Amino acid sequence: MMTEYPRIVLPDIPDLHKIEVYKAHNGYQAAAKSLKMTPDEVINEVKASKLRGRGGACFPTGLKWSFMPKSTDKPKYLAVNGDESEPGSFKDRQIFEHNPHQLIEGILIAGYSMNLKAAYVYIRGEYHKWVKLFQDAVDEAYANGYVGEKMKSTFGTNFSMDIYVHKGAGAYICGEETSLMNSLEGDRGYPRFKPPFPAQVGLWQMPTTVNNVETIATIPPIMNMGGVEYAKIGAPGHPGTILFGVSGHVNKPGVYELPTGIPLKTLIYDICGGVPGNKKIKAVIPGGSSMPPLRGDEIEDVLMDEESLKKYGTHIGTAGVMVMDEDTDIVAVTLRIAHFYHHESCGQCTPCREGTGWMDKILKRLVAGEGSQKDVDLLLSICDNIEGNTICALGDAAAWPVRGFIQKFREEFEAKVKDTRVFVAPNVVHGKRLSHKDLVFKV
Amino acid sequence: MQIEFTTEELQEVQHHISKYPEKKAALMPVLWMAQKKWGWLSQDVMHYVGELLDLPASHVEGVATFYTMYFKKPMGKYHIQVCTNVSCMLLKGKELYDYTSNKLGLKHNERSEDGMFSLEEVECMGACGGAPMIAVNEDFYEYMNNQKVDEVLDNLK
Ligand SMILES: Cc1cc2nc3c(=O)[nH]c(=O)nc-3n(C[C@H](O)[C@H](O)[C@H](O)COP(=O)(O)O)c2cc1C
Ligand code: SF4
Ligand code: FES
Repeated sequence: MMTEYPRIVLPDIPDLHKIEVYKAHNGYQAAAKSLKMTPDEVINEVKASKLRGRGGACFPTGLKWSFMPKSTDKPKYLAVNGDESEPGSFKDRQIFEHNPHQLIEGILIAGYSMNLKAAYVYIRGEYHKWVKLFQDAVDEAYANGYVGEKMKSTFGTNFSMDIYVHKGAGAYICGEETSLMNSLEGDRGYPRFKPPFPAQVGLWQMPTTVNNVETIATIPPIMNMGGVEYAKIGAPGHPGTILFGVSGHVNKPGVYELPTGIPLKTLIYDICGGVPGNKKIKAVIPGGSSMPPLRGDEIEDVLMDEESLKKYGTHIGTAGVMVMDEDTDIVAVTLRIAHFYHHESCGQCTPCREGTGWMDKILKRLVAGEGSQKDVDLLLSICDNIEGNTICALGDAAAWPVRGFIQKFREEFEAKVKDTRVFVAPNVVHGKRLSHKDLVFKV
Repeated sequence: MQIEFTTEELQEVQHHISKYPEKKAALMPVLWMAQKKWGWLSQDVMHYVGELLDLPASHVEGVATFYTMYFKKPMGKYHIQVCTNVSCMLLKGKELYDYTSNKLGLKHNERSEDGMFSLEEVECMGACGGAPMIAVNEDFYEYMNNQKVDEVLDNLK
């Protein structure tokens, strides 16, 4: 028999997206309870839960909320990040479809605790259907007096806020929090320098918190059960349940809500039915395409939480688990990932704009069997030049997987190298930086 | 062609403006409305949207060109999108794209002469669990193969 795991973000209740059903299952009670507490008490409860953001960076949510200035007359905002464009991630979509009211309720609790004027839910443009579904739920919540002016009488408080849905239009970078804010303001989605951080200068120059959809949807159960109880679920350093989106070579791909710290092998073999054709696993990306991979022969004891994955040089990211069987061409996968980041770089910073382009080109050459021995090291040195030298973390997101795949599968890269002697010139000639194309002379 | 929203549509524009503290923020939703109505964003359309929102045409164009989903040229009545990113690639998404491309006789971002179809090789659409996937306009089709692509496309009239 299969173990029963707690499901609190996507409970198995038919038609939960309908407000009557949601209400019948304790819906909006966590908001009612929270709005009777003081805002600080709410934030302390979230701190006690040890909830860490589900958008990729694992930042402690309660702490983030406490950064918002309290004594200010300025309007303050929440941006809920539903851009969900990291390849391998498809979990927030399930919340829009199956449990939208829990997200709305989480927004209200967040809004009350930080005294916000409004929340903007940014949903990627490709999710046309889910934008509509979520907008319907918001309209329903307004009509039932849970959002907007009417919530004052519904909850018997002075607090009210608005919730708006904003549809993106195809740009991965808009998931980065400062890019998202520019996009919401009607500009191109260029990331902004930090500092100032959004809690000081965010949307329309006002204090702003940015949180992932799943993070916010986890708030109502935390308020219902209490932070301390929530912190007992899963791995102590990174507690709770997570929506794992499993794809690639597994028999039953999909989104599964499971406690953090679940063994990767349990996830792949028990929950997802193993690998088609009983093939061996060559690699697993544990948290979306920007996270370094695990080798198939090291997954034996891997647990799926941030602290455990760090020991293997990788991260939980968006918990988008991509499984690759023994026949996978690792270099081709690395190329596909590098190509993606090149395509999505906004072009503001030279190391990211040029570096992603070079990696794309070099990997193309390697896949075509035309690369040289030095290309592999050149890729690593490009990673060195990108990491930490850019405005936003897309640069790192592009470099990490390339570095990770080379570190763990170097032999596969070298096997692609064409067997010719190659001379690589230094990359600066007479003070002029050369593009990689200029650098390689076949002899 | 007269480029103007109807009275009703103008009310919707006002509604979008009312959601944000600054008018400029209504640009993305209004560009979506314009694309829905006219199919793509021509210079004239962008100019018109700029006038509605008191924004210079250059700003509207800058934004429209930043986001890949705003069409800067006419696309087909059915815009076929095939994902070739990693999860789809692992399950033959690239082969599926090539098959679709051959079937339609179209390359990336091309439109058929009769205006019925256009094709785009897209990045991850957030449907990795249903890989390989395609989308036709706003609708996702998951767990695809060549035969299913035939079924979906042959039913489009
Ligand atoms: C290039 C890039 C893309 C990102 N995409 C997303 C995204 O699609 N969704 C998301 O929630 N966070 C994304 N993030 C992380 C956000 O910047 C931010 O950390 C997150 O939304 C905060 O929410 P959390 O604290 O609840 O995790 C991205 C970051 C980078 C650098
Ligand atoms: S790191 Fe890349 S995506 Fe981020 S701001 Fe710089 S160029 Fe743009
Ligand atoms: S990789 Fe194709 S939908 Fe995500």
